[in-house]
Parts: sequence; C-alpha cells; structure tokens
Amino acid sequence: MNTADQYLKAIYLAQRIEEGPASTGTLADLLEVSPASVNEMIGKLEDQGLVEHEKYKGATLTDEGLERAHDALQTYCIIERFLTNVLEVEEFRDEARALESVIDDTVADRLDTIIDRPGECPDCFDPELDHCERLESPGTGTQCD
Amino acid sequence: MSLGQRVSTDRQLTRLLQIGVVLEEVVESRAAHHLETLPPEERDAVDEEVRALLVDAAEESADHRDRLEDLIADLDAETVPYEEINALVDAQYGPPEDTDGVLYDQLANEETAYKFYDDLIEAIEASDSEFAVDRERLLETLRTLREEEKEGAEEVTEIMERRA
Repeated sequence: MNTADQYLKAIYLAQRIEEGPASTGTLADLLEVSPASVNEMIGKLEDQGLVEHEKYKGATLTDEGLERAHDALQTYCIIERFLTNVLEVEEFRDEARALESVIDDTVADRLDTIIDRPGECPDCFDPELDHCERLESPGTGTQCD
Repeated sequence: MSLGQRVSTDRQLTRLLQIGVVLEEVVESRAAHHLETLPPEERDAVDEEVRALLVDAAEESADHRDRLEDLIADLDAETVPYEEINALVDAQYGPPEDTDGVLYDQLANEETAYKFYDDLIEAIEASDSEFAVDRERLLETLRTLREEEKEGAEEVTEIMERRA
C-alpha cells in the first residue's frame, strides 16, 4: 500500500472517529508523523481531487478519495485477518501496521482467497479498536472458536 | 503505522517471508485444485500444454517454498504447513468455469508472486538494517524467485496468446 493510500485510509478513519472533517492533529497521531508532513500530503491529495480541505476544520474525502480509502482499508483488514487467522500472530495490530506499506493490494487479494472475511468489510472496522469488530483472536481479548 | 516501503527488523522480514511461503502454497494448492475440480468434459479439454503448465507451476512453487523456508529457518522461525493452507484453499475454493479461467488464475498467481518479491526486494534495499540472515544471500534468493515468476507469467501469456 503506498503512502497516499495510507493517508486516505487514515483520513477515512479520522472522519469516523471525529464524525466530521479529519483534523491535522488526529491524522498526525494516527500516522505517527509531524503535522507539517500531514499538511504537505493533504495539499497533494487535494490537488489530485481526492480530498477537500477547509482551513481550521480539516480534511474530507471526496467520492473518489472515499472509494480509494475503502479499498485501502479493505487491504488492511485482509492483512490483519491473515496475520490473526493464518499466521496466528497475537500482536497483529502492530505487525499489520509495520507490514502494510510493503503489501500491495494484488498480494492482499490473493491472501484474501484463503481467509473468511465478512461481506460488509471494511464497514465493520472499528477505528477506536484499530481492528475489525468481528475479528476474534487472543489479541482482541476474545478467543477464537 | 509505518510510512515508506522499508523492511527494518528481523520480525518484519520473517513475517514477509512467511507470507511468501503462503503465497507459494496457495499457487501450488490452486493448481492442484484446478486439475481436480474441472468438470469431466472440461478436464478432457485441458490440453497437455496446460496440464504441463499446472504441474510445473506446482513443482516450482514447492521449490520456492523450500528456498524461503531455508531463509526463515535462519531467522529461527517456522512456516505454516502446506496441509493447513491446502485446507484453507479448499474451504474457499471456487473453480474457474473453463480452461481460460484456469489460465487467468495461473497468470494472476505468477503476477502476484512477482509483485510481492519485487516490493520485498525494494523494501529490503531501502533499509540499512542488518538481519540475522545474510543480506546478499537473502537478496540473491529473492531476485532468483522474482525472475522465475516473471518467466512463469510470460509462459502463461504465450499459451493464452496461442489459444486466442
């Protein structure tokens, strides 16, 4: 997943957390980068028509940006679910975050052929918990069957 | 979140190599499933060239898996056994409708594996980190696997063009 897609995903999640435009501060926290880096990338995404930015309010995804953010979040969900259900990784959130920049969506699509992902994915992703609310593993506090 | 395509720890490298093994196992298992699950009339129609391609693909994936497992062993980790991945493929498998569907799936396998190794090589090259496995051996192995996936994709494309 490239950096732009990681930003789009973060904006999508921040919008859900804040129930409105994604603030620079929230994005900087989610992405673990400086506010200046966030502002620079928001400007680039705005130029590409993926984001609308309103001063003092924050960033909002356009329809095209929303579609790409959805795809990016779906790729991320596949990585988390794969790490949990196939490789049985307990610290799957930290590891998914460390791996997402190296896993392309075509690779994720192939991994998706062996995992059982809910049909409503990625809408069941909980931004506060940072994982799918229907994901069951020791790492989410609930045991798999 | 980790921005920027870079592999910087043994754990990250191990996970990526384990993912590589699973991708190879998926290729091997799907190739076997394709041959077993096509309807009899379609199975008869799968000519020798396509049958040989699927057998070669399964053998090549098993070989790639062995080479990745050698690297993973040097990192003191284990891989998911083939039987487990085969069972997961089995649970989700939807057979292609015909021989063209088999070939498209095989092309997707080869292209996905190529993309995976290409991204992994780039991410290792972008990092100065020392790994528990020799860096040159690691990169040489991955470059060989990438080249073989590229050749595999070209082979499938040639067959598809001949059949068109």
